[in-house]
Amino acid sequence: MRRMIRGILVLVAFVFVLAAAGSAVAEPDNYVDAVRGKALATAGDCIACHTAPGGKPFAGGFALQTPFGPIMTPNLTPDDATGIGRWSKDNFARAVHEGRRPDGAYLYPAFPYPYYTKVTRRDTDAIYDYLRSLAPVSNAVNRSTLPFPFNIRRSMWGWNLLYFTPGYFVADPKRSEEFNRGAYLVEGLGHCGACHTPLNVFGANKADQYLQGNQIDNWIAPNITNDPQAGLGNWSTDDIVQYLRNGQTRTSLASGPMKDVIENSTSKMPDADLKAMAVYLKERGAAGPSVPQPIPASDPQMKIGAAIFTDTCSACHASGGTGVEHLFPRLAGNAIVRQDDPSSLIHIILTGGRATGTEARPTSPAMPSLGYRLNDSQVAAVVTYIRNSWGNAPSRVDADAVRALRDRVSAGGN
Amino acid sequence: MARRLPRKDVVIVGLGWTGSIMALELARIGLEVVAIERGPWRDTAADFNIGTAPDELRYAVRHDLFLRPKQETLTMRNNPSQTALPIRKWGSFLPGNGVGGAGVHWNGQTWRFLPDDFRIRSHMIERYGEGILPDGDHIQDWPVSYDELEPYYDKFEYVAGISGKAGNIKGVKQAGGNAFEGARDRDYPTPPMKQGYAQDLFTKAASGLGYHPFPRPSANISVAYTNPYGCSMAPCTYCGFCERFGCANYSKSSPQTCVLPALIREPTFEARTDSEVTKVNLSKDGKTATGVTYVDLNGEEWEQPADLVLVCAYSLFNVRLLLLSGIGKPYDPSSNEGVVGRNYAYQTGSGSTAFFEDAKFNPFAAAGSLGAAMDDYNGDNFDHGPHGFVGGASITCAYTNGRPIQYHPTPQGTPTWGSQWKKAVHETYQRVTNVGAQGSVMSYRNNYLDLDPTYKDPLGRPLMRMTFDYQENERKMANWMADRCDEIAKAMGAKTTQINRLNGPWSVVPYQSTHNTGGAVMGSDPKNSVLNRYLQSWDVSNVFVMGASAFPQNAGYNPTGTVGALTYWSLDAIRKYLKSPAPLMRL
Repeated sequence: MRRMIRGILVLVAFVFVLAAAGSAVAEPDNYVDAVRGKALATAGDCIACHTAPGGKPFAGGFALQTPFGPIMTPNLTPDDATGIGRWSKDNFARAVHEGRRPDGAYLYPAFPYPYYTKVTRRDTDAIYDYLRSLAPVSNAVNRSTLPFPFNIRRSMWGWNLLYFTPGYFVADPKRSEEFNRGAYLVEGLGHCGACHTPLNVFGANKADQYLQGNQIDNWIAPNITNDPQAGLGNWSTDDIVQYLRNGQTRTSLASGPMKDVIENSTSKMPDADLKAMAVYLKERGAAGPSVPQPIPASDPQMKIGAAIFTDTCSACHASGGTGVEHLFPRLAGNAIVRQDDPSSLIHIILTGGRATGTEARPTSPAMPSLGYRLNDSQVAAVVTYIRNSWGNAPSRVDADAVRALRDRVSAGGN
Repeated sequence: MARRLPRKDVVIVGLGWTGSIMALELARIGLEVVAIERGPWRDTAADFNIGTAPDELRYAVRHDLFLRPKQETLTMRNNPSQTALPIRKWGSFLPGNGVGGAGVHWNGQTWRFLPDDFRIRSHMIERYGEGILPDGDHIQDWPVSYDELEPYYDKFEYVAGISGKAGNIKGVKQAGGNAFEGARDRDYPTPPMKQGYAQDLFTKAASGLGYHPFPRPSANISVAYTNPYGCSMAPCTYCGFCERFGCANYSKSSPQTCVLPALIREPTFEARTDSEVTKVNLSKDGKTATGVTYVDLNGEEWEQPADLVLVCAYSLFNVRLLLLSGIGKPYDPSSNEGVVGRNYAYQTGSGSTAFFEDAKFNPFAAAGSLGAAMDDYNGDNFDHGPHGFVGGASITCAYTNGRPIQYHPTPQGTPTWGSQWKKAVHETYQRVTNVGAQGSVMSYRNNYLDLDPTYKDPLGRPLMRMTFDYQENERKMANWMADRCDEIAKAMGAKTTQINRLNGPWSVVPYQSTHNTGGAVMGSDPKNSVLNRYLQSWDVSNVFVMGASAFPQNAGYNPTGTVGALTYWSLDAIRKYLKSPAPLMRL
């Protein structure tokens, strides 16, 4: 018996030696870090971009559409030949903090290193440990899909000089610990600003309009400052937590690209972190457009819009735009409705969509596509009506705006 | 030769109400569950778009959601002396197809049976003597009582969000509810639907005649509701596209609205659709199921081994699967022995159509379970002594729909086409209502299901043969109810009425009811039942059979509420069974 145990021990040791020789195996004593890293990778929503439709998680190959052309996301599994199997901890940290590959080549800021640079080294190490614990997946990705001249990675040197400030997150000692935790998550791993901040022509976020809303993939990522008209001013901290955890509040449901963010990332984050993010968003300040006067109900376009709304929308969204809790968003005072940019409202009427489904709120209700039976001026009228009723008051929408978006979504499949 | 798949803890045959509830609850305790469903996947977002869901031609006339006879049909005859012939177009009843099953296309009337219904044989003999029982009857007590089922009725009603008004909470009568119902622990989860003008007239007239009307319990729900699984529903819009349709508004309780959104998130659950289970496989000694065999859409045959087999198909197809698998002894009416196929029962319909002169009803503002009902003549809520029949009916004034193609009642004698018909439709549409009686059907020696000796399905397996007719007891009951309906219709102010009686042999052609019950009934004695009181097969203890096939006879109500209650009741027993797999009842 004793000999047998010794035999097994030798065998186990031998297996360990073999395992250590393979570069793709995580260190045996970092389980806690790997679990922490998984939570951090979730907060960073890495899986969203680094997974191809129908592909293995983190194995890359997703075509990220940028104004400069598509970028295929790399394989983050610890595969030696096609993934990060041969990357060291320092290699990984450099990519995340500086946007540089192990060979020094520049990464494109479609990878949000201008945000991730704020993540602490301890946290990037934990993410590294987690990624190393995944099963290696062999998936060679073509990393050179951008057209000339954007395929010249060295050009990012200049971009970084202009728009990238490397550096870890620095807490504001005048603010609460919770605020700073929220700031760390929103400004760093959460990279919320990547979508919610307007871009300049070079694809860099406009620092002076941070979190004031931005059009992305023909949807509007709304203003998430504390602005009462277009932003989170009328949301409580708890509303924001509910939204990020469950995909909805009593009156509002996430759809469009935010659906994926919630399903993959925020719904799986700890409540304390969601609360910290909410506190930060509520307390950091407000900025938004001035409140316009609503278009009167007697306006001819408003009258047409009202008739279409009654026929087509009111069975679910109710005649007062009050919606149905947890299923059909309330349109009165709705943040998406109140954005200056009507893209999301037009988009969802044309194409329909699904709202977020989460553990707590699994239903994931659908908005039907109405693009096949409402023409451009009818969509414009009903959008104008919704945007100027029940206390809402953003600008009028015309048929040309609908036509332009219809062309883009039917061409791009979004 | 079937290819063998990796073993699962549980295999579920059919993903409707019972299958989806079982799958969710068992996946949540960590079991590997696979559901195998003959029809396609269906969900509200993808399949029931509000722009296309209310399509009467596609769904109501052309039966889009229903089983195609070429997939499976039955042969039928009225009595054992006849030769059964195949049903080539569904008529009298419409079996569902696909995920959600009948829970997709139902109207939504969600009842509890009366306490006496569960011990009807003992109760009737105690009150009236043996002589009250009809000739050739197989009426038997249920092996479970109303009180035992009450918590499970409650559970199902709260999952489905049922809209209604309690009539009896913990023994205290509640004004406005059903005065005859068994005591319930608490009120319905949502308030009753808004009733229309016809229902107001009915309520006044019935009250004036000394009856006890109340709003009928409805799965077309009245207000927004989120159930214990976190699934949300919206208030019904009274569009009247319920029966034969999927609901686009998330307003009708169904597996789609109430269970599947939670189920599909369970990592240990898997659904295989467009795959038909052909057999439950048994061990050599026939005492244990080893799994199932199924055929996919490409005709490939697969074997799915599993420790527990839950038969959750539509009641008729549960019975056929047991017969084809050799689980339980097939029933033989000539020797009156055997159990599988025994005690098939159905539902009666009778009543009075009421034509008004001045009233203006709006039948288009309707819902599948909108309606006012009374139970004064249901179960044994009245003295059967003078009448010479067993059973009863729920009497209702309801509009399930006023749809343009199929809803155009006209007075008797109206031509069936042409200008006179059009004129009559125009004049009648808003001036007609109906007082109907949906009645019980008892079980009899000669009403049963077995395998047809002649006709086979595309896979070469015998079709099931249905031998059924209404018996004298049911005719007597239904026609007596029709007279009561007529009295109420007249008291409502109808100028003329037309009594609808139950005459002639049962026919498969006109639509009547998809409340096919029995054939794999639950009981206390393996000699007259297929299942024990926990819906566990007496013969093969790792097989449980859900659904209305377990009803020993049918009551004067729609079956789904009781099917839901039995599912949760059985689920509790299955949890115990899983701790030490064995027969739950010892003889």
